Amino acid sequence: MTRGDRIRYVYKPLVALLALLPLALLIWNFLHDNLSVNPLDDITDETGTWTLRFLVLTLAITPLRHLTGWTTVVLFRRMIGLFAFFYGTLHLFTYLYLDRFFAWADIVEDIGKRPFITAGMTAFLLMLPLAATSFDRMIRWMGGKRWKMLHRLAYGAGIAGVIHYLWLVKADTSRPLTYGAILLFLFGVRVYVFLKPRLLQKSSPARKEVPSA
Amino acid sequence: MLIKRGNDISSSDITPEHVYFHRREFLRAAAAAGMAVALREAFPESLWAQERWPQGKRGPYDTDEKPNTYKEITTYNNFYEFGTDKADPAKNSSLFKTKPWTVRIEGEVKKPATYALEDLLKGKTIEDRVYRFRCVEGWSMVIPWRGFQLSELIKQVEPTSRAQYVAFETVYRPEEMVGQRRPYLTWPYVEGLRMDEAMHPLTLLVTGLYGRELPKQNGAPLRLIVPWKYGFKGIKSIVKIRFVEKEPPTTWNLASPDEYGFYSNVNPDVDHPRWSQKTERRIGEFLKRKTFPFNGYAEQVAHLYAGMDLRKYF
Repeated sequence: MTRGDRIRYVYKPLVALLALLPLALLIWNFLHDNLSVNPLDDITDETGTWTLRFLVLTLAITPLRHLTGWTTVVLFRRMIGLFAFFYGTLHLFTYLYLDRFFAWADIVEDIGKRPFITAGMTAFLLMLPLAATSFDRMIRWMGGKRWKMLHRLAYGAGIAGVIHYLWLVKADTSRPLTYGAILLFLFGVRVYVFLKPRLLQKSSPARKEVPSA
Repeated sequence: MLIKRGNDISSSDITPEHVYFHRREFLRAAAAAGMAVALREAFPESLWAQERWPQGKRGPYDTDEKPNTYKEITTYNNFYEFGTDKADPAKNSSLFKTKPWTVRIEGEVKKPATYALEDLLKGKTIEDRVYRFRCVEGWSMVIPWRGFQLSELIKQVEPTSRAQYVAFETVYRPEEMVGQRRPYLTWPYVEGLRMDEAMHPLTLLVTGLYGRELPKQNGAPLRLIVPWKYGFKGIKSIVKIRFVEKEPPTTWNLASPDEYGFYSNVNPDVDHPRWSQKTERRIGEFLKRKTFPFNGYAEQVAHLYAGMDLRKYF
């Protein structure tokens, strides 16, 4: 088995199974009456929280590569991102169905009137084109550069997700702010990685002072 | 004063005839019952308290809706002194000491005093009342409380003519209440009522639940219940009751003044700025229900707010 085969046939399925674990646990707990007495709220909370966790994980992969030099991890980025979308879709449908029973007029009113729902819907809409363009053929068709540009929307989705969480809690903002801090750190790493070579170039005076002969 | 007392021997304690005439089967069944007792030990005050509970309307203030289960009422609580998750109060309240307990009565009263809880309860008409309970978050329950009308206590301590409001305060013990070690709300928790609201016969000081002692996660040993207001008005583990001239500060109003008003009457027409209050999820039900003005107690309490703009005084 080559290294590529191992990744494709062993590690990727393993990561996928791991990523499905929160859902399996939620279903198990629901069927065994282990959730709280308001299970529909728990389902909303769990799917929402895992969406944000997978988004943060996705966004952590490139900084992780920069900081550790571990390149293999990038091969898992798309899958983890798609799991963020997967849990986000479950979360959205929990709201549409279990909370609003597909009462579209109420839903439209909610989206316009309730800032935290507006933010949540924004996060979902930002993930939508990323999920839709996640095939190899799409990447080739768009061209790597444009595809990369588009996929920077993931940061927007993460930020919208944190705002969604922040605006919905009643008093204890510690959890949404923790996710916000992690995002800020990850963004900081990217900015640092982007600026470092440029700053080093400018601050090395040797080149300018030595006239080219 | 007439003091109502429950029957000491409830009908369920008298041996029914069919059990008497089948004594041997009964003995065999008793072995199985031993198991039940063991279970009862393992899960104190849970199912059995609830099974013995009579269903249906009992008095003029009771709802005949089906009460939520003991488990539902005691595992799904907002009591931020013990943490912000619904399961936290049941998990984190074991170190909380509710005995002995004293309550300080002060302010504009002729008889200010510090009462031991036992003394405070003396002479009060302890009643069971099945009330609807509506949380500001959009869920609701039906709860069989045990307690007495706050009006009885107010009459006893004789407020002066200057007393327009009643202010309540929760105990402050961060060493026993983990949530109080973090400042997401200002501690201690404070609440208040206008005097006419406090005197209303629906307003209870609660000491029990399902005919049993009030569990810690539900605000033991003494809490307020005002069934036509959102649940957070029902301040828990009360140590101070102060009679005052001016509208007292209230904790959630301090935390977020445009979201939680002093009155906080249940009102489907005034949304919480972040979510609708038109419907509620009754715990244990799948579909949502309509929310009623004053939580369905409009007939009894709407007159208290006649002429008031309920959008302004939310």
